[in-house]
Amino acid sequence: MKTVTANRLTDGRVIYRTANGDWTTDLADAARLDSDQADVVLGLASTENRIAVGAYLIELADDLPGGQKWRREGIRLAGPTTGSTHTAAVA
Amino acid sequence: MYTYDTYDHAMLADRIAEFRDQVERRLDGRLTEDQFKPLRLMNGVYLQLHAYMLRVAIPYGTMNSAQMRTLAGIARDYDRGYGHFTTRQNLQYNWPALVDIPDILDRLAAVEMHAIQTSGNCIRNVTADPFAGAAADELEDGRPWAEIVRQWSSFHPEFTFLPRKFKIAVNGATADRAGIRVHDIGLQVVKNDAGETGFEVWVGGGQGRTPRLGQLIKPFLAPEDLLSYLTACLRVYNQHGRRDNLYKARIKILVEALGAEEYGRQVEDEWAAIREGELKLPVEEIARIRAFFGKPQSPTPAPVPVTENSAFARWLDRNRRDHSVEGLSSLVISLKPIGGTPGDITDAQMDAVADLAERHAFDEIRATPDQNLILPHVRNDALEAVWTGLVDAGLAIANAGLATDIVACPGLDYCNLANARSIPIAQAISNLLDETGLSEKAGDVTIKIDGCINACGHHHVAHIGVLGVDKRGEEFYQITLGGAFGVDAAIGSIIGKGLAGEDVPAAIARTLETYLDIRAGNERFIDTLRRVGPDAFKEAIYAEA
Repeated sequence: MKTVTANRLTDGRVIYRTANGDWTTDLADAARLDSDQADVVLGLASTENRIAVGAYLIELADDLPGGQKWRREGIRLAGPTTGSTHTAAVA
Repeated sequence: MYTYDTYDHAMLADRIAEFRDQVERRLDGRLTEDQFKPLRLMNGVYLQLHAYMLRVAIPYGTMNSAQMRTLAGIARDYDRGYGHFTTRQNLQYNWPALVDIPDILDRLAAVEMHAIQTSGNCIRNVTADPFAGAAADELEDGRPWAEIVRQWSSFHPEFTFLPRKFKIAVNGATADRAGIRVHDIGLQVVKNDAGETGFEVWVGGGQGRTPRLGQLIKPFLAPEDLLSYLTACLRVYNQHGRRDNLYKARIKILVEALGAEEYGRQVEDEWAAIREGELKLPVEEIARIRAFFGKPQSPTPAPVPVTENSAFARWLDRNRRDHSVEGLSSLVISLKPIGGTPGDITDAQMDAVADLAERHAFDEIRATPDQNLILPHVRNDALEAVWTGLVDAGLAIANAGLATDIVACPGLDYCNLANARSIPIAQAISNLLDETGLSEKAGDVTIKIDGCINACGHHHVAHIGVLGVDKRGEEFYQITLGGAFGVDAAIGSIIGKGLAGEDVPAAIARTLETYLDIRAGNERFIDTLRRVGPDAFKEAIYAEA
């Protein structure tokens, strides 16, 4: 399965496109798309220029980012893997 | 340090108003992303994995306490309470919202800072020796020249759309702490036989995908000819640089293709036509700029304190540097806590550094290419007070120049270009080398880590370089040995196949253990490496991988 992701225009946060055409920061609410649907939805998403920047498709496996870009998309989903190192710097 | 005049303030105000309008037009749809992207990049605004990133220019790495407090305030009010110092003496915010960036730029402008030309194919922030004006080995303070180049290159209409980005470094000391041989142009201050100041001009250095060391094309350039000669260098590049191929567009490729001699000849031809024109620097203007960069004095010079406090003594030993003025020292504030993120600093820590600089360090702070900070001028009788203040702020880390003083790019945890993570590798190496005591035992060693071949973390010029690569979704790390940043600049050699990330810290520990076993006397790591060659460490690196 695939889904459409982008960065939100106003603040750059990672967003995913829902089945009803909205955008969400929660991957659980993102549309699950088969290959035929995916290109169509990506085409629609790419026109939503005032909301989403740089829309593209990602692969999903067990409802999490999959495929060769699983780590990159996993980091986009969950945030940096470095922990709170800026607070570690104070410790 | 340089102080803006009314023209500087007006230019900045105009630019921010222009960008505010551009942001508004992007938000209401009048500009597409394709139209907006080059405009935001010209103002230092990138879009990274999770958010926008704003790169703030710190000209030749010099700041005062008001500027540092402003950087702290922005981190607190618009970001997540921290900033990240880079290898190009800039500061990056990882989480600003686009809608807030014009207001952030207003805050920066109020203290004479901006983010202009921190991206794009233009002349970027000029870098310099972070100890400039303080170093005991200095021929001359390079910052006035860096400031002259900054003013000349800011908004330069001819050089706003170069084939590729362009980086200039200025070094005024005998040791090269600016990396002049790994910049597009490196200016080394020299004295001729008559004792006059001038520049060696090195061209065509750079890292990235095709690392090259710069070549000397002008052994002595008179200071009044600086801008006309730089113009000639840029014109030849602008005309012949490979705009057709992103990977071959840097000046290093042109210099290599033409040969340094031919490139230099073309520069001389161009220069002959403009040398006596309006770009000749008036002596009065050089003096005016120099006057901004005074050297503080210590009215009652005190010696460096002798202390029985072992922690203070250890920190003095690692982080203090001799100053050219009797009674003063320079201090490195390491931003490399064990297991931390190289270059990160919290808003509270920035405020603490600002307070210490204002109280004890003649109101000056520097950012370094090693992602640390420096207080360049500290009276020796204030050293303990500064150390105590740094202890309170969690910044008295006594590892400047040690193997735990690791440089790392943001890597895949933040960067859109990265293939692999850098920071977690740095953290794991730091933890292991500290736990084993190898960091202390091995002495001066540079470790630099990159998450892609663009090499923002300078792995090519590290004694031990680590380059992250992606192979079908898995991270691997190539080790390079023998690189150096300085007068003995060298590009490191790739040792062999990449290692899994979890194997890198132990491989580096074994490399340092091998060094300790085979070094001759007090030989430094890099000297042992040069004596025996990198292959002598291959077995150690791959022993248990």
